[in-house]
Amino acid sequence: MNQKIWVFIEQENECIAPVSLELLSKARELADELKGHVYALLLGHEIADLAAQAIHHGADTVLLADHPELATYRTLPYAKVATDLARERQPYIFLLGATPIGRDLAPRIASALRAGLTADCTALQIGDFERSGKVYEDLLYQIRPAFGGNIIATIVNPEMHPQMATVREGVMKQGEPDSTRQGEIERIEPQFDERNLVQVLEREVRQPTCDLKGASIIVAGGAGVGSRENFQLIHKLAHALNGEVAASRAAVDAGFISHEHQVGQTGVTVRPRLYIACGISGAVQHRAGMAQSSKIIAINSDPHAPIFQIAHYKIVGDLNKVIPWMIRACRTSQ
Amino acid sequence: MVKQVPDTANITGQAMKEDGTVNRAALPAIFNPEDLNALEMALQVQEQHGGQVTVLTMGPPRAAEVLRQALYRGADRVILLSDRKFAGSDTLATSYALKCAVEQVGSFDLVLCGRQAIDGDTAQVGPQTAEKLGLPQITYAESIQSLQGNEIVVRRAFPLGRETVKCTLPCLLTVVGSANQPRPPSARRMMACKLAATPLEYTTLLELWPEFETEERLDTYLAERSQRIPVWSAADICADESKLGMTGSPTKVLKIESVVLESSGSKQIQANQKSVAALVQELVEDHIL
Repeated sequence: MNQKIWVFIEQENECIAPVSLELLSKARELADELKGHVYALLLGHEIADLAAQAIHHGADTVLLADHPELATYRTLPYAKVATDLARERQPYIFLLGATPIGRDLAPRIASALRAGLTADCTALQIGDFERSGKVYEDLLYQIRPAFGGNIIATIVNPEMHPQMATVREGVMKQGEPDSTRQGEIERIEPQFDERNLVQVLEREVRQPTCDLKGASIIVAGGAGVGSRENFQLIHKLAHALNGEVAASRAAVDAGFISHEHQVGQTGVTVRPRLYIACGISGAVQHRAGMAQSSKIIAINSDPHAPIFQIAHYKIVGDLNKVIPWMIRACRTSQ
Repeated sequence: MVKQVPDTANITGQAMKEDGTVNRAALPAIFNPEDLNALEMALQVQEQHGGQVTVLTMGPPRAAEVLRQALYRGADRVILLSDRKFAGSDTLATSYALKCAVEQVGSFDLVLCGRQAIDGDTAQVGPQTAEKLGLPQITYAESIQSLQGNEIVVRRAFPLGRETVKCTLPCLLTVVGSANQPRPPSARRMMACKLAATPLEYTTLLELWPEFETEERLDTYLAERSQRIPVWSAADICADESKLGMTGSPTKVLKIESVVLESSGSKQIQANQKSVAALVQELVEDHIL
């Protein structure tokens, strides 16, 4: 067996997106298990320099489409190149980052190929699947929280290949690059449709203002904080602990803080040394993004809040009292 | 295109069963939030440029409720796509059914939907429907900057950036929550559309209004007043049945597990100043703080 595992390499400003490097590490693992071959699909213009980096992170072959039409990401030309190539080469597995670009591109390709696609996987494994007496060996188990995150679903695509999945940034661990790794670079001559329907007039990408992924201490607030004004408490505790501020989706949706701070399945995945969850009920979607924290303190007035089930330290009480006590204790201990 | 979804954003301890699974019955069904933003954007386009707003949803009979909500806000025409043959559809089969239905609606310039639904969060149905309709897509649409002739300029908003794109019509937009503040239902329109119902709801309605006596009479009455919400089946949209429901869905659910929560060595801390101070001290000693 020589199964082809493809990873879409997202790049901007001469950099490969971290999620693409994380996926290359994961693809390498899957390929080693399947005795398969990792392909990095690198699309853009004047980006050939990035091919070596993809090889160092686990790719065996880089499929490089370097063309002015691909200089800025646009759905239709990117989807056309990826779809044409996938039709021709028949990959077994095709992974993309669940970034704004990946979430725009993946469903377009999946629809054209009539392939199954699972969004926002938190784990990928290889395993068998049996239905109606037929056994499908070595399928990709696409594992994701579902239904508000209160269940974990394992999805497979038994018949239609490629088996496609998107994965959020930070969920898979990025391996150390190996600069001695050798690989092959294959140049693709892309074909485009003549009708150019979409034109990018302006594009601006900001650098994140907070670094949740790298933070060792995180203080997170949820709906239970109550208001944007009261969210200052979370900021104050984070400041006292020299940590970063995070939030649950409910707090972001309520407008307490910007989306950049959101931890969970539709936000960032974090692995700090200490995670303090304040007024967060703990739907699995949130837990998916923080359950790997080394220590978790939960403060919630509802003793049945699911967050308590994964907390190492449980404080059932009013966060408006507990947080100030904590801040005071930090000041005296320093 | 809109969807009725369980209100997953407000899952509290009460919505969890003892075995740790979700008590779906405890979750109200709501209009998917970003679909309301899409409807608002459509209504604003109509106010500025004219045209007709048609709202389409696929779901069980009770999904007619979101169509009534759309009527109360100003939709001209609503359609419920409902058939057991659609049951078990994944995003690919769903987008195929929606594509067939959109084609059945007639000519159109813009198709709008929310970026994603809060029950699945996949954000796949919009782009997949666009692909099947052969339309360009603009995902993460936040505002329409201009709409002239057959050209639209749209600003897209991402968590870390924005982009402005120009596109030819027809096209499909998926709309983000920051796009606008959706209007509330209008009292006048609620009065005007208070009888709006699908034939699938007639049995229940006859219990409320026994004076109609038969479904036929109720149907005639509603149809005469343009209050009859049409229900389209798989046959009505000329769909290829092999592409619908479970058969048309390449993804299969291997297993569903309730999340088993456990933490090793958890500790209850009393909610008082002394215990909290002791906890902080312990964390400092353990070099966690």
